[in-house]
Amino acid sequence: MDYNFQFNVVWRNFDALLEGAWLTLQLGVFAFTCGCLIGLVGAACLSFAPRPVRWLVHAFVIFITNTPALIQIYFLYFGLPEFGIRWSNEACVLIGLTLNAGAYLTMILRAGFLSVRQTEMEAGETMGMSLPQRIRYIVVPHIAKSIYPALANFFIVILVMGTSVGAVIGVDELTGQAINLSTVNYRWLEYFTIVALMYVVLTFIASIGLALLGRWAFRVKARIF
Amino acid sequence: MPHLAVNDIHANYGALAVLHGIGFEVDRGEVVSLVGPSGSGKSTVLRALVGLTLVTGGSVEVDGTRIDYAAPRAVKAARDRMAIVFQQYNLFQNMNVLRNVTLAPTKVKGRKRAEVEAEAMELLKLVGMEHKAQAYPDELSGGQQQRVAIARALALKPEILLLDEVTSALDPELVNEVLDAIRRLAGEGMTMLLVSHEMSFVREVSSKVVFMDAGRVVEAGPPDAIFDAPSSERARDFFGKVLR
Amino acid sequence: MERILSQLPDFFTWKNIALLGESALMTLSMTLLGCLIGFGLALVLVYLRTTPGLWALPLRVACIAYVEVFRRIPFLVVIYLVLFFIQTVASDVSLFSIAVISICIYAIAYTADIIRGGIESVPKTQIEAAQAMNLSRFQTMRLCVLPQALPVIIPPAIAFAVSFIKDTALVSQIGVFELTFRGKELNNQGYSGVLVFGTIAFCYFLMSFPLSLLGQYLEKRLATPRGQRHSR
Repeated sequence: MDYNFQFNVVWRNFDALLEGAWLTLQLGVFAFTCGCLIGLVGAACLSFAPRPVRWLVHAFVIFITNTPALIQIYFLYFGLPEFGIRWSNEACVLIGLTLNAGAYLTMILRAGFLSVRQTEMEAGETMGMSLPQRIRYIVVPHIAKSIYPALANFFIVILVMGTSVGAVIGVDELTGQAINLSTVNYRWLEYFTIVALMYVVLTFIASIGLALLGRWAFRVKARIF
Repeated sequence: MPHLAVNDIHANYGALAVLHGIGFEVDRGEVVSLVGPSGSGKSTVLRALVGLTLVTGGSVEVDGTRIDYAAPRAVKAARDRMAIVFQQYNLFQNMNVLRNVTLAPTKVKGRKRAEVEAEAMELLKLVGMEHKAQAYPDELSGGQQQRVAIARALALKPEILLLDEVTSALDPELVNEVLDAIRRLAGEGMTMLLVSHEMSFVREVSSKVVFMDAGRVVEAGPPDAIFDAPSSERARDFFGKVLR
Repeated sequence: MERILSQLPDFFTWKNIALLGESALMTLSMTLLGCLIGFGLALVLVYLRTTPGLWALPLRVACIAYVEVFRRIPFLVVIYLVLFFIQTVASDVSLFSIAVISICIYAIAYTADIIRGGIESVPKTQIEAAQAMNLSRFQTMRLCVLPQALPVIIPPAIAFAVSFIKDTALVSQIGVFELTFRGKELNNQGYSGVLVFGTIAFCYFLMSFPLSLLGQYLEKRLATPRGQRHSR
C-alpha cells in the first residue's frame, strides 16, 4: 500500500472536529435525558396504567425498536413536511433520537421496576416507613443497582451509534464534520482515522465518568471496560 | 521401590501457601488414604499430583521417575499415569455417559472408537452403570454420576487412581454404591490414593492412613494405629470428634 | 394527505414491490453474511484471547483492544474507514463486499463479548476435568467448553444480528442497493416521504420483529436443561 498519510491537514482543521465532538456530546446527553423521561413515563404506564394505555406503550416500543433510527429520522425529515411540519435537520435528529432512546429506556427501566420485590416493600411498610421513605430507601436503590450498568451502557450506545446517524441528514456532529471536511480536501482516511480515535477517547471519558458517578451516587460497581 | 513417592512438596493457592512440605509413599497395589480436617490441603495434594495446582517445591516420583511439574511434557506424562476422580464428578454435561468414558482414549490416545467403546462398556459394567450408557449426566443421580466418573478415569488406564472426596457430594443412601465400586477396584490390586471423610471405609480399605493438618503431615501409619492410638494431640482431637 | 392517497396505486406497483423485496433480501443477506463470518472470527478472537504464557501477552492485549475500540466507533465511521481503506489498496471490490466487511468488523467486536460471557458461564471444573485427562487446550474448547457455552451464546448472538438488521440501514450512505437506499431513490423520484419511509419502516419491521420473537423462543428453549426437554 503506497498511500501517503497526511495528518497535518487534519490538525489544521482540528477545531472544527472538536466543535463536532461537542455537538455529539450535547446531542447524546439531550437525547438520553429526554429519553429517560419518556422511558420513566413508559415504564410507569406498563406497570400501573389501564390496559389500553399499556397496549399503546407496548406498540410504541415494539415499533420503534424494530425499525432503524435512520428511517425514523428520514420520516421526520422527509415525511413530515407533507403535513406542513418543517423541522430543521438538527431538530429531526434530536426528536428522532429521543423517541428512539425513549423506547429502549422504557424496556430498561421496566426491568428495573420489576426488580423491586413486593416483600421488601411490605417489610418496609410494617416497619412504619412512609411511601416516600420506601421509595427513597427501597425502590430507588434497587432500581439503581439493577439497571445502572444497563443505563450507562445505553448512554454510550446513544453517544456513538445514535448521534452519528445525524451526519446522514447533514448535522455537523463529529461524523458529519469528518464528512464535510474530507469532501473539501479528499483526506478521507486521515479524517476518519482521527475521528474514530476521538470517539474512542470521548466514550472512554464518558464511561469512566459514569462508573465514578455510579460508585459515588448508587454504590454500583459499574464496569468501565 | 514405592509406586508413588511424594517428598516434601509445597504448593500455593494464589498467594496463599497451602502445602508446607508433604511427604508419603504408596506401594504398588496399595490403598493409601489422606484424612484430616477440611482445609488441611488433602485435595490440594491430589490436584498437585495431576498438575492442576502448581507444585512449588519438593519432588514427586512415579516408579522412581521424577516428575518435573514445570515442564508441560512431564505434566502430560504424569496425567497419563495418574487419573483423578473429583468430588463433584465433573462429567462433561454435553456428552452422554459412553462418550464421557471414551473421549480421552479416542481423542488423546488416538485409539479406534469401536474398540474403546467395547472397553468402556466393560468398565461401565464394573461400576454397574452399563444400562445408562446412553444417558446424559443431568439425567443421573449423584451416585450414578460418580460411578461413571470412576469408569471415565479407569478408561485412561492409569497406574494410580486418585479419588478426591468422591462421596462427599452424595446423599447418604447413594454413598455405598460408590464405595462398593472402589472396594472392587481395591480387590483387583489398583494402586489408589484417596481423600475421604468416610472413616470406617478408610479403615476398611486402606493399608496406610496419612493424617494431615494445616498443609503438613502430622502422622502416618496403618489405619488401626492412626485411628485407635494416634500419637499426636491434633489427631487425637480430630478423631475424637469424627469417630462415633 | 391527498397526495399520499393519490400516489398509492402508483407506488404499490408490482415493479416497486419486487424492487423492495429484492433490496430487503440484500439487507438480510449482507447482515446474515457479515454476522456469520463475524461470529466465526469472534470465536477465533476469544480463543486467542485465552492463550496462556508471557509471549502471548501482546496477542491478548490486541484482542482486548480490538473489542474495546470497535465498540466505541460509530458504525458509519467504520463503513467509511473500510470503504476508503479498501479503495486505496484495491480498486475492484464491490460495495456489497465492503458492506459485509464493515458489518463483520463490527459484529466481531460485539459477539466476542457475548461469546466470552458464554464461555465463562461453563464451570471451571469442566476444564480441569478435561485438563486432567490430557485433552489439549483446543480439544477442551472444541469438545467440552464450546458445546456447553453455545446455548448461552446463541440467543444473544441472534438478538445482536437481528438488531443489526436495522443498523445496516447506514450502508445506504455508500450506495449499496439495500432497503434504505431504495427508499431514498423512490423518495427522490417524487413519491411521498411519508409513504416511502413508512413502507420502508414496515419492511424492516417485517424482518426484525418475527426474527426477534424467534430469538426469544430459542432463548427459552435452550435455557431448559436437557433432562426436562425429553423424558428420562
